Amino acid sequence: MKRHVSAIIDDEPLEFLCDDGQTLLDVLRDVLHKTGTKEGCGTGDCGACSVQLNGRLVCACLVLAAEAEGARVDTVEGIAAEGELHPLQRRFLEQAALQCGVCTPGFLVAAKALLERNNDPSEEEVRYWLAGNLCRCTGYDKIVRSVLDAAADLRGETA
Amino acid sequence: MRYEVANTVEEAVAILGQAESGLYPLAGGTDLLAQIRSGRVAPDGVVDLKRIPELREIVADDAGYRIGAAVSGAELGEHHDLVADWPGVVEAAELIGSTQIQGRASMGGNLCNASPAADSVPALIAAGALCSIVGPGGRREVAVEDVVTGPGKTCLAPGEIVAHFSLSRPQPRSGDAYLRLIPRSEMDIAVVGVGVGLTLDADGVCIACRVALGAVAPTPLVVPDAAATLVGRSVSGAALDDLATAASAAAQPIDDMRGTREYRVHVTGVLARRAAMIAAERAGS
Ligand SMILES: Cc1cc2nc3c(=O)[nH]c(=O)nc-3n(C[C@H](O)[C@H](O)[C@H](O)COP(=O)(O)OP(=O)(O)OC[C@H]3O[C@@H](n4cnc5c(N)ncnc54)[C@H](O)[C@@H]3O)c2cc1C
Ligand code: FES
Ligand code: FES
Repeated sequence: MKRHVSAIIDDEPLEFLCDDGQTLLDVLRDVLHKTGTKEGCGTGDCGACSVQLNGRLVCACLVLAAEAEGARVDTVEGIAAEGELHPLQRRFLEQAALQCGVCTPGFLVAAKALLERNNDPSEEEVRYWLAGNLCRCTGYDKIVRSVLDAAADLRGETA
Repeated sequence: MRYEVANTVEEAVAILGQAESGLYPLAGGTDLLAQIRSGRVAPDGVVDLKRIPELREIVADDAGYRIGAAVSGAELGEHHDLVADWPGVVEAAELIGSTQIQGRASMGGNLCNASPAADSVPALIAAGALCSIVGPGGRREVAVEDVVTGPGKTCLAPGEIVAHFSLSRPQPRSGDAYLRLIPRSEMDIAVVGVGVGLTLDADGVCIACRVALGAVAPTPLVVPDAAATLVGRSVSGAALDDLATAASAAAQPIDDMRGTREYRVHVTGVLARRAAMIAAERAGS
């Protein structure tokens, strides 16, 4: 029998049906068709599936969809408010902080979670915070710069 | 696979205690859900413990702290009093995985998963932590060092769960610290982990000490012989040499791709010395 779950996903109250053993990642992608959230490893190692669950950064591949009952889930698909790119998204684009792009949604969600807590992180803080997000293409440097620049944007220090 | 929610400790025990329930407790799921996916374990279902208030809160009173077994590493790190009183325990819990893993991983799960390399366990042992275990037979209090009995094995009977950990208020001039060696600076399994908790007198002489080792034996080890090398001495010079020798002597590691036996034995002494220095500095400040 399918389980009925109600949650607020990207600011929208949603209901879905799932199997008890299904992960939140599987439901986001295969049931709700919110395929912005990616699957890299399925074991918590790569961060491609990063979402915020009740304001905590987590790997959606290590959460059961049933656990989301009554919860708030924020994915990469809610980051661009009303079609306006978030400073993180703008900086990633401008600085080409992505190549294949599979890791990008996870980096954006994780970096946004950091900047919500600390809008003036040091480079070291950014690198430690993002240590659970793997990228096979960019070499990380452009990602880290983009996050630092987006932080400056959010502090109103840049145009 | 079934998913059940327990709202109270009694409910959890009742569901898990049904004979042959085939259900596992679920805390943060960072071990369990990965193991289910890989097929290493195949439970009939899980019982989510995260809606049980006792498992989710940190309660501080004059006696000390009661830390819910399912409190996440991120939440521990945000509790300023706990960080001030037991920095070694919190730093160990915060070493578990990435920011994402920290959002879910609990000390209860770290202990009950019973990996020899679990980071928070030596720190809890060094801090003298107790855990409150509840099951069909009632509630009992067990020292953390008595919980893990082998790789993947604990003293928990079927239907029992760890409800909370207790830590006392530290004695004046006390400090604790946890250090681990991993091949990179984040996201790896400890090659060696060492927790030290100690208390100094007004002259800086160590009057009480606990030392615990991780990843160098089938279970985390409490090492009274190593602790005894510091008692009655100031935490420096020859005392630290003796501590390092005793800690190395207690290590019984395996050879594997993370390090040879010889290397691990040596590193155990090095980390014990450094952790004791940090603990002593914290005790003095
Ligand atoms: C990418 C990654 C990195 C990691 N890095 C580290 C690391 O650096 N150091 C480290 O030590 N570990 C690490 N781990 C392992 C894991 O995150 C930790 O062991 C964590 O503390 C487990 O806690 P949890 O709440 O997620 O447990 P769960 O996965 O929910 O549970 C683990 C086990 O304990 C049982 N259990 C859970 N809670 C209780 C309870 N209250 N009473 C009785 N039984 C219970 C479960 O049934 C299960 O068997 C890592 C894991 C991942 C995926
Ligand atoms: S897919 Fe979840 S961490 Fe890799
Ligand atoms: S851009 Fe390809 S993995 Fe990061």
